[in-house]
Amino acid sequence: MERVLMKGTEACAEAAIKAGCRYFFGYPITPQNEVASYMSKRMPEVGGVYLQGESELASINMVMGASAAGARAMTSSSSPGISLMQEGISYMVGCQLPGVIVNFVRGGPGLGGIGPAQSDYLQATKGGGHGDYNLVVLGPSSIQELVDLMKDAFEIADRYRNPVLILADGIIGQMMEAVQFKFEIDPTTLPDKTWALDGAKGRTKRLINSLDLVPERLEQHNWNLQAKFAQAAETELRWEEFLLDDAETVLVCFGTVARIAKKAIENARQKGIKVGMIRPISLWPFPQAPFQKFMAGAKRFLVVEMNAGQMLQDVRLAVCCQRPIRFSGKPGGTTFNPEMIEKLIWDLEEEGSK
Amino acid sequence: MSTQTYRPLYQRPKSLSPVRNSYCPGCHHGIIHRLLAELIDELQIQERSVIVAPVGCSVLAYNFFEIDAIQAAHGRAPAVATGIKRVHPEMVVITYQGDGDLAAIGTAEIVHAANRGERITTVFVNNANFGMTGGQMAPTTLIGQKTETTPEGRDPLRNGFPIRVAEMIASLTGPVYVARVAVYTPPLVAKARNSMKKALLAQIEGRGFGFVEILSTCPTNWGLTPVQATKWLEENMVPYYPLAEFVGGPQT
Ligand SMILES: Cc1ncc(C[n+]2csc(CCOP(=O)(O)OP(=O)(O)O)c2C)c(N)n1
Ligand code: SF4
Repeated sequence: MERVLMKGTEACAEAAIKAGCRYFFGYPITPQNEVASYMSKRMPEVGGVYLQGESELASINMVMGASAAGARAMTSSSSPGISLMQEGISYMVGCQLPGVIVNFVRGGPGLGGIGPAQSDYLQATKGGGHGDYNLVVLGPSSIQELVDLMKDAFEIADRYRNPVLILADGIIGQMMEAVQFKFEIDPTTLPDKTWALDGAKGRTKRLINSLDLVPERLEQHNWNLQAKFAQAAETELRWEEFLLDDAETVLVCFGTVARIAKKAIENARQKGIKVGMIRPISLWPFPQAPFQKFMAGAKRFLVVEMNAGQMLQDVRLAVCCQRPIRFSGKPGGTTFNPEMIEKLIWDLEEEGSK
Repeated sequence: MSTQTYRPLYQRPKSLSPVRNSYCPGCHHGIIHRLLAELIDELQIQERSVIVAPVGCSVLAYNFFEIDAIQAAHGRAPAVATGIKRVHPEMVVITYQGDGDLAAIGTAEIVHAANRGERITTVFVNNANFGMTGGQMAPTTLIGQKTETTPEGRDPLRNGFPIRVAEMIASLTGPVYVARVAVYTPPLVAKARNSMKKALLAQIEGRGFGFVEILSTCPTNWGLTPVQATKWLEENMVPYYPLAEFVGGPQT
């Protein structure tokens, strides 16, 4: 199969089109502007629509409208823009509308910077907007994985009628890699959405709505949503186990950091250190199983993130005080290199042998 | 014996749901709903229309029309409508919005949908206050008008001046029909109906964005009887908000 050299943002856009998405709405923000420019070229070629919204508020509501009309629709942005979209995302959850949102995270808070970061982990995985809800959140650590997850994202969104969020970062967006597109979905072949708004012809009217002024009914609606989230929490778990069989030091990293950590782990292994990594790919639902699986052999956990300690909270829940956890973070748009992570591993090793 | 046929002179439009609405006595939302439903019947678009309901007293509009419907976040109806229309260009997409929804929180969405010339139709109900939340000041509240949040009357030094939304929309190049109407006398109702029809036709014929601002009463929050409210609207709102076709009328 053909491999093409592509930038992460452009590969993301092409993957969405190949996943059957024909409607893209977005507002420019660094570091993901090429998604929009690529879409503005490609969408007309495939009979789709690229539309630049006047803001991220407008863009997510356009996604909501297109999704309500039955189409696969998406938007892409970076942290400040994703904050603005939270209202729309919450409405889409309440209305049970699918849709895909890609966040190429940059350093915050506020306008922050344009360097790559992972500091939107909590916003992404704990709801984000108002109300009781979760999104399935997928965190790719390479461009190929981003491409493959785009297809999954649209399918998961349709399956649960709930938005899916891809949590990438500026590095994944901006670097170039050879990728393969192993899928090509013609949106006209997708099953009809029996709830979509397409005109009440020969049927009774349809309503898409998140309002219910009867608290008891709204409670029931919430339990129905929770049942979907529970189903997704069981079904949509994804993670990678890296050199864990004999690992005494277990790193836990996602996205770009996991990629850097692999190099550090390989280097440390060559010097005889028993170290491995759990890499959560689904950040919500958070994979707990690998923690229990490797707990017996593990002596300690090391969480490394490009933030001040966000996934750390989920790791604490998974480890449940059974082993010590060390954290190292870099908030604000700076990154680790393999040597820095290897040093963290060595430091722990030395402490452990004292 | 001759057979006699009866022609109904007045009945519920097919597109108006046979349910009791949620509007207060004397509120013009009900009249505006009826006009819209009549036009959907007349233009035979019931089976390809969708209404985007706002947040405000007309939030439940989705229950009152026998057409597909969606409820948008406060002010975002034009963006949601844009998304629907881009997927189904053959559908007739209508947003129904109040003056808090459209002229305060949703100003950006309406201006840009209008400016893009989205083939949608917006029915904008201007009742000079936020009805649903208990009668607070809206951008359209008149100078000196007392509301929940302007107890001494709206002071332009503190709160700015009332926005003439139809004129603002008409200043854009995108819209093909923009008018302001009222529905407090039968002749005005007929005119309003005509304007709403033009705004719908602009969309149906694929020409562009249509916008009708309708001056409306809110007797409950104005603290007036329905009759007094109508009089107040005529004496205070109409002089500031002239009834006219700004774009797409006979003279333009
Ligand atoms: C984001 C958000 N902010 C505030 C509100 C509260 N709210 C509900 S309706 C409304 C004002 C509606 O006024 P208007 O659009 O004039 O419609 P009317 O009720 O007068 O018909 C407000 C502020 C809300 N629902 N959502
Ligand atoms: S509060 Fe005002 S706008 Fe709302 S239904 Fe009553 S009269 Fe109409």
